Amino acid sequence: MDVANDAAYDTFPKLARANAERLAGKIAMREKDFGIWQATTWREYFEQGRLIALGLAALGFRRGDKVAIIGDNRPQLYWAVLATQALGGVPVPLYQDSIEKEMEYILDHAEARFAVVEDQEQVDKLMHVRPRCPKLEHVIYDDVRGMRGYSEPWLMSLAELQEAGRKFEVGHPTHFDDELARGRADDTAIICYTSGTTGVPKGAMLTHRNLIVTARNAAAAERLRVDDEILSYLPMAWVGDHIFSYAQSIVTGFAINCPESTATVLHDLKEIGPTYFFAPPRIWESLLTSVMVRIEDSAWLKRKVVQFFLDLAQGMERQRLMGRPVTAAQRLLYPLGALLVYGPLKDNLGLRRVRLAYTAGEAIGPEIFVFFRGLGVNVKQLYGMTESSVFVTIQRDGDVRLDTVGTPLPGVEIKISPEGEVLFRSPGVFAGYYRNPEATAQMVQDGWMRSGDAGFLDAAGHLKIIDRAKDLSRLATGTIFAPKYIENKLKFSPYVKEAVCIGQDRPYVTALVNIDLAAVGNWAERRNIAYTSYTDLSQKPEVYDLIQQEVDRVNGSLLEDEVLKGAQIRKFLILHKELDPDDEEITRTRKVRRGYIAQKYATLIEALYGDRDRVQVEARVTYEDGRVGMVRADVHIREATGRAPGAR
Amino acid sequence: MSEATAPGTLLLSVQDVTVRFGALTALSAVSLEIRRGEIVAIIGPNGAGKTTLLNVISGFYQPDAGRIVFDGQDRTRLRPPDVAALGIARTFQNVALFKGMSVLDNLMTGRLMKMRSHFLLDAVYWGPARREELRHRKFVEGIIDFLEIQAIRKMPAGKLPYGLQKRVELGRALAAEPTLLLLDEPMAGMNVEEKEDMSRFILDVNGEFGTTIALIEHDMGVVMDISDRVAVLDYGRKIADGPPEQVRKDQAVLDAYLGTAHE
Repeated sequence: MDVANDAAYDTFPKLARANAERLAGKIAMREKDFGIWQATTWREYFEQGRLIALGLAALGFRRGDKVAIIGDNRPQLYWAVLATQALGGVPVPLYQDSIEKEMEYILDHAEARFAVVEDQEQVDKLMHVRPRCPKLEHVIYDDVRGMRGYSEPWLMSLAELQEAGRKFEVGHPTHFDDELARGRADDTAIICYTSGTTGVPKGAMLTHRNLIVTARNAAAAERLRVDDEILSYLPMAWVGDHIFSYAQSIVTGFAINCPESTATVLHDLKEIGPTYFFAPPRIWESLLTSVMVRIEDSAWLKRKVVQFFLDLAQGMERQRLMGRPVTAAQRLLYPLGALLVYGPLKDNLGLRRVRLAYTAGEAIGPEIFVFFRGLGVNVKQLYGMTESSVFVTIQRDGDVRLDTVGTPLPGVEIKISPEGEVLFRSPGVFAGYYRNPEATAQMVQDGWMRSGDAGFLDAAGHLKIIDRAKDLSRLATGTIFAPKYIENKLKFSPYVKEAVCIGQDRPYVTALVNIDLAAVGNWAERRNIAYTSYTDLSQKPEVYDLIQQEVDRVNGSLLEDEVLKGAQIRKFLILHKELDPDDEEITRTRKVRRGYIAQKYATLIEALYGDRDRVQVEARVTYEDGRVGMVRADVHIREATGRAPGAR
Repeated sequence: MSEATAPGTLLLSVQDVTVRFGALTALSAVSLEIRRGEIVAIIGPNGAGKTTLLNVISGFYQPDAGRIVFDGQDRTRLRPPDVAALGIARTFQNVALFKGMSVLDNLMTGRLMKMRSHFLLDAVYWGPARREELRHRKFVEGIIDFLEIQAIRKMPAGKLPYGLQKRVELGRALAAEPTLLLLDEPMAGMNVEEKEDMSRFILDVNGEFGTTIALIEHDMGVVMDISDRVAVLDYGRKIADGPPEQVRKDQAVLDAYLGTAHE
C-alpha cells in the first residue's frame, strides 16, 4: 500500500490540512512556557503554518527555495517547516549549537534564501556569517527578547511575518491553497545535513514519499496511536527528530511536547510522561548514571533493597533475551520489586507510561539495555540512518535480543556485501546528497545503499551489527579488534563518559578514557578527595584505581567471548579534558571521530605503546564563542590487569 | 507617556547628602542626579562610601544633612518599606535571599508590595486571593523566563551556586516592578561567563522594561561597557561624574585608583 500515491495526501502540508479538519481540536503540540504547558491544536498548527507561508510568499518566496531552521525544539519552528513545505520550499534544519564556521558552510552550501531562527543568539551568529552567505536574504526570529536594538532591514519577527502574511492574503486569497496543491510526493521535503564523522557535512535530500511511507510503515508495525505523546527534545537538525516529532506526528496525529529549556528536559520528561520515547544511547546512559549516583548516596538498607531488586530484574531480562525460561521464584518476586523499586523508579524518570521506546544512533551498552528492559520499559533497538529516513530494522515486540538490531521493516530488503558490509534497499532511501553527486554515487553499490557498517543476518533473520565497516580491524597479532564494542562496555560504568580504544595494527589494545565529571566528582567528594578542576580530578591516583576496576571488568567480560578475548585492554590513560564537539573530537551527535583523535593525541597514543608511565601534553581547546585556549597537563599511564589468554 | 515620566527627565536627585558614623564621615556633601532610563555606575576604591550612598537612597540610612528628591517628592526621611513602595528596589552585596525557600517563592516575596487581598482570604486561598495569586505568579513566571532560570524554579535558593543566587536576587528586585533599581556589586565573585550573562541581563532590564539602574561595580571593563554615566567616589566625596570615556581619563580618578598621595 503506497498511500503517498493519493494526490490528496502525498505531502506533509496536505496531511496536516487533513489533520486540521479531521482532528481539529485535538492537541498537536505543547510547549512549556511561563511554567505552563501551552497547547496548540491541529487546527491552530495548520493555521499558524499557513500564516507563516503567506508571510514568506509576501517576501517573494519561490518554489524550491531553501529555508534554514535554527533553534531549540519550538512549535514555531515546526510551523516554519510546515510553511516552507507548503510553498514547495525545502527546510534545512541546522544544529542550534553550531559555531559560526559550521553554520556558514551549510547556509552557503544549501543556498538558503531564508532563515527562521529561535532568538537573538542565532540572529547574532547569522549577522556575522551573512556577509559570506550572499544568498541569505531574510532572517526571521521568533523570540523578540533582546532584539529592540536591531534595525537591519533583512530582519523581521515571526509575528511581523505572519502579519505581512495576513495582508498578502487579501490580495492573493487562493495563493496558499494553489501552492499547497502543487506539491508532489517526489518533491524534496527536507535536507538534513549529516554531521559526518569524516569530512565536510553532506546534505541528504529526503522526499515526501520517502518520509511518509517510512513513517507510516513504522507507525503501523509498532501500532502507534493518535493519543500517543512524545517529548521533542533532540536537535531538529537530526533526522530522527524530524521523523518522530514531525513526520510520524503528522502521519498518525499524536502530540509532541517541547521542553521549557534544554536544562529542564529531565524534569519536563517527568511531567509529560510520554508513551513513545526516543533516546540515543547517551541519554539512556545519563539516565542510568543519575539513578546510580542517587542509589550510592542513599542509606545502607535502601541501597541493599534497591540493588537486590535491580539484580533480580536484570537477571530475568537476560534470561528472556537469551530465550531461557525465568524461574518461579523470580516470577514471584518481580511484582514485589515492581511495587517497591521499578514502579517508583520509572515514575521518577518519567518513563512510567512508555509503551514504546527506541535507542539508536550507535550501539547501546548491553548492560544499559538490560537495565531499562528489566524495569519494564519497552526499549528496543532500531537501526537506520539519515539516508534511509531512519528506519531500516527494528526489534519487534516479543522478539527482542541483546545482540541484534532486529528485523527489516516492511518494504526493506537487506543483503551483505562480500566484504561484510550491510547493504539495503527501501522506500525510505534518499534522493541523493544536495549538490554532491560524487558522494551520492559512493553510497550506492549496484542499486543497493551502503550502510558503512559491518554485520550479518543471523539464522532467524535478525541483523547483527559488529562495528563500522572501516573501524573493524585487526591487531598486529591478527586478532579481530572491534573498538566500539569495547568502548560501549567501558561506557556502561557510570564513571566513564567516553572512551576511545586503539589497536589497529598495534601489538595490543589501549584505551583513552573520559571520566564523567558528575559521577566521579560525587564519588571523590564522598571519599574526601579534594580536586580543583576536571584535569586535576582526572589524574588522581584514586581515580585511576577506580577506572582500573572498570577496565578489569571489561577485560573479564571480553575473556568470555571466543572471538574477542585476544583483544583485551592492556594499557589505558584518563584524558585530561573532555572530548568536545567544539574541538571537533566528537560530532554534535556525540560520535567519536577516531581519525581526528588519533592525530590530535598522537603523543599520548605513542606513550601507551612505549614504556613510560606518564606523558606531558598540551591541548588546544575551542570555546563556544570560537576563541582558542591551551590546556597543559601531566597524563599518567596505567597498565590493566588483563589476563591475555595463552600469553601469561 | 507624560512629560514627567519621559526618558531623560530627572528621576532621583541626591543633594549635598552627608552621613556620619560617629567620628567617621562616610559621605560628605555628595550630590548625584539620576535621569530616567539611565544606567549609572557608582565606582570608587574600598571604603569610598559607595554602599553608604546606596543605603541612603534606599532608606536604610538617614542622612545627617542634605536632601533626597525622588520623582519630584522630597523623601529624605522615609524608611525602607516606604521607599520600596515608591518604586525603588535593590539587591545586596552579600546575597540576601530566603535560603530555605524555593526560587519561585523568593520571587513571589518580591510581589508582596503589590498584594492587596486580606490575609484571611489568603488563608483559604479563595476568590480574590486566588485570582491575585495567579496574577502575581504569571508576572513572576515572566521574570523566570526573562532571566532563564526555569530549570531552578523549584530549587531551594540556598542550594544554588553563587552566580545563580545573584540572578535570583535580581529577579526578586524586578518582581517589585521598580522604577529605580539599585544593584550593589551584582558581579562580585563571578567568573567571566557569569559576568557576561549578568551584563546582558542588566542591559536587557534597562532596554526592555525601561528601568533606571544605579549599580556599584568593581570590574572596570563591565562598568565602561554597560553604563551611560559613571560617578566616582573617594573618601566620601564625589570626585568625578560623567560619561565612561571622560571619567576614564579624569586625573582625579586616576590618582584615586593609582594611589597618589592625598593631602
